[in-house]
Amino acid sequence: MAVNGNENLSDSVTLDEALRAPGAPIVVFDKVWLAFDDLVVLRNVSFTLIMGHTKIIMGASGAGKSTILKLLLGLLKPDSGVIWVGGERVDQMRERELMRVRADIGMVFQEGALFDSLTVGENVGYKLYEETDRPLDEVRKRVEEVLGFVGLADYIDRMPSELSGGQRRRVAIARAMAAKPRLLLYDEPTTGLDPMTATTVDDEIIKLRDLESVSSILVTHQLRDAFYVATHTALRDNGNLRFVPASGNKSEEAEFIMLRDGAICFEGTADQLRRAPDPYLRTFLGDDWCQ
Amino acid sequence: MLENWTKKALLEVQEYVRLVLEAIHDTFTRPFYVHDVVEQLDSVGVGSLTVVLLTGFFTGAVLALQTGMSLDQFGARPYVGRLVSASMVRELGPVLTALMITGRVGSGIAAELGSMGVTEQINALRALGTDPIRKLVVPRVLAGVVMVPVLTVIADFMGVFGGWLIARYQLGVATSLYWTSVIDGLYIQDAWMGLLKPFFLGFVIVTIGCHVGLRVTGGTQGVGRATTQAVVAGSVSVIAVDLFVTKLLFYLIY
Repeated sequence: MAVNGNENLSDSVTLDEALRAPGAPIVVFDKVWLAFDDLVVLRNVSFTLIMGHTKIIMGASGAGKSTILKLLLGLLKPDSGVIWVGGERVDQMRERELMRVRADIGMVFQEGALFDSLTVGENVGYKLYEETDRPLDEVRKRVEEVLGFVGLADYIDRMPSELSGGQRRRVAIARAMAAKPRLLLYDEPTTGLDPMTATTVDDEIIKLRDLESVSSILVTHQLRDAFYVATHTALRDNGNLRFVPASGNKSEEAEFIMLRDGAICFEGTADQLRRAPDPYLRTFLGDDWCQ
Repeated sequence: MLENWTKKALLEVQEYVRLVLEAIHDTFTRPFYVHDVVEQLDSVGVGSLTVVLLTGFFTGAVLALQTGMSLDQFGARPYVGRLVSASMVRELGPVLTALMITGRVGSGIAAELGSMGVTEQINALRALGTDPIRKLVVPRVLAGVVMVPVLTVIADFMGVFGGWLIARYQLGVATSLYWTSVIDGLYIQDAWMGLLKPFFLGFVIVTIGCHVGLRVTGGTQGVGRATTQAVVAGSVSVIAVDLFVTKLLFYLIY
């Protein structure tokens, strides 16, 4: 299928190429509604995530934040509305077809959701071991690589029960990124962690976004972590990794979505959120984060 | 209230039938998780061996003791082997083995899958591109339908062996007389009955355990409830399915 919308393109590009080009949307929610019995969880939710960008979804508990991630993965189906992920309509797909879409998505669940009966290495390499035909030594190499990326290379043969909360989250991040997905979803990755460990997890999210060009959706109600991820960027400087405040276009690549009772009440950058006049937002953010 | 209960019951039946159909479909289509099947064969089969050996042995022994005394009234004590073998192979072996497996395996499956559900491990499997029915249900179902018949045969043998010990040392029946009576009491149809019934019972125990486990809600309390449900529903189903399958097999093979 060819897309010829842009006259400057000398050659026609395939839909797949168009969807992988910079600036292309990777996730589109269009007027999505969802209710469980009489409880409306999401009301007319619409947003677009551009490739390589980050959406930070915030809101009170029960506002529908995690539900958005489950809809995106096809773990739940919306009552109405359209959900596109990587050019595929996941709201209409059957479970077997969804496996194809999920191959390009990594998900970090609350508490990690590591498989208790598998070692750290087996957890991280699960998708590669079980769902691909890649040679075992190649998978092992990739597992060591991603565990090294999150600083847990020495933990490859440990069981999840031997890890601390922060280490479990980092293993969950390693598992999500092992198959090199284009989209990573984080469901409250820092909830319940101390500030130091939370910052380590935040740094992993920033590293993946800025060094591996992975698009991401971060669901959280931890303001400190949300603003840290939105306003910092990772830089490689003579082989050393530094996290510095983002500036220019980089600072606009992370956008906030605020949910209130299942509906989006704000969408914009960290700066716009800080200056938003809405009383609910100002109450939610508190004095520390408002301007 | 009755309407709600009926709706809930129908939903459970619908979901159970859906799980069973999907499991059957996934058993014959790729991908296969062979490693998990072997692991489950070991867990269900080897793991249940002790309980089945003991249950079979004591059931056969007590059966010989009870029937021996009754047979004495008719001067038919030498026929105790015939009674033990027929009862064990046709009925007690399959049913008692199935009930033991329900207690050990059915509850274990419900607890394991339930815990995986409440800790989001099942959602994590789906997110990683694995169909939980293929990965978790199919290996357990295969292990159930393969190992329950095997365990039943072992229980039958242990029952007849336990009966011999009582017949020989308590009732004073000669060993050769006992074993001749055991063989005389069995027809080929009995062997078929004893081998076919455990397939159905194994299937029912495991699918009920999986169904209950996969539908757990309500955290750790829900896992506890599911474990109880799996044992209760599994045990009742074993007895009920036993009746219907026995009736069917009587019609088909006798």
